[in-house]
Amino acid sequence: MIITVASGKGGTGKTTVTASLATVWDAPLQVVDLDVEEPNLHLFLWPELGSPAKAWMEVPELDAEKCTGCGNCVELCQFKAISMMLSTLTLYPDMCHGCGGCIAVCRENALQAGRRELGEIRQGRAGKIDFLMGTLRIGEAMSPPFMEQVKKQMQQTLLETNQDVIIDAPPGVSCPAICSVIDSDVIVLVTDATPFGFHDFKLAWESFSPLGKPMGVVINRAGLGTRDIYDFCKKKNIPILAEIPFDRSIAEAYSRGRVIAGVSDELGTVFVSLREKIRDLAADSGKEVSHA
Amino acid sequence: MKKIAVTSEDPTLDDQVDPRFGRAGGFLVMDLETMEARYIDNGASQTMSQGAGIQTAENVAKAGAEVVLSGYVGPKAFQALATAGIKVGQDCDNMTVREAIEKFQKGEIPFADKPNR
Repeated sequence: MIITVASGKGGTGKTTVTASLATVWDAPLQVVDLDVEEPNLHLFLWPELGSPAKAWMEVPELDAEKCTGCGNCVELCQFKAISMMLSTLTLYPDMCHGCGGCIAVCRENALQAGRRELGEIRQGRAGKIDFLMGTLRIGEAMSPPFMEQVKKQMQQTLLETNQDVIIDAPPGVSCPAICSVIDSDVIVLVTDATPFGFHDFKLAWESFSPLGKPMGVVINRAGLGTRDIYDFCKKKNIPILAEIPFDRSIAEAYSRGRVIAGVSDELGTVFVSLREKIRDLAADSGKEVSHA
Repeated sequence: MKKIAVTSEDPTLDDQVDPRFGRAGGFLVMDLETMEARYIDNGASQTMSQGAGIQTAENVAKAGAEVVLSGYVGPKAFQALATAGIKVGQDCDNMTVREAIEKFQKGEIPFADKPNR
């Protein structure tokens, strides 16, 4: 089972929930920090990490002597990664989406496969948990191609083991967020009940609903904000899987890089219950599928 | 120096310089020998998801301009213009196209050696 912990708004507690859920998980587990623009799960799970492996994307390289200036590549590129300035072909590798089309249409073999660094992937272990994280190169504009490579590594580990996976997703509802929830069996949306939190929660719910995956909600800092989110979830039949109280002891533990499931017995129980409800959610949806 | 392109919000010499280069609404290309100006629409670049600066640089080059005056030019647009040997005068915002051209003719707009955005 792959579980993705996501949210519309940032700072709702995705990593807090991921880290706590991971520590109470009672089956073989891999956790993946897919928030590659700002990974921080390692700050709470303290994994022992291996050395980083660089990830690359194929981009064209020009052999100017072979270029006849036919312009086929310029016409093909939809991203302005290749431009013909008067009669000089110029490449902008930062703009390239890596489709390889320019290399394919170059009759003179003036364009060949070069590469652009996307980021670094690190693997390790946090106790019994397999840990995987990606860190996007600073200045890299597109995270999904890199996230795909982190996910490939995740799938590779899954082939060798029979694990569950918890993915810590980036916030938002754009390509990186979709890229991180698309493979999951269950989506856990973390939100707070503030007007901002509720607004962005709705965006996330609307964006992920078409994927047809079971979704549940964790309300963080429960007690803050309004009842709108509760009313909305009741109306739309979205299960509220857990509520994490708004409590100073949680903020203190977080600021020290501690997992909040270990702060008190009560909090530990919240996450054990969350674990079971996620399993129920996955099982229920499996039944629905088999009925259909 | 014969032809100069100035990014412009609207089609006349008395309209404001568009401070954006890549996503400029258009540009006025003036022949400094005949003092004839023509307007070239650049609206298509405004809807591009990326590469607007490079596209606009191509448009300016195709129009035959040797100098560009604008407010802010980004690094990729600057590189593209440099490749074509087109010189860049920046920080020409908050003035009309006519004022920018007059300032340029008086030598009050220096050519930039690097982008200001």
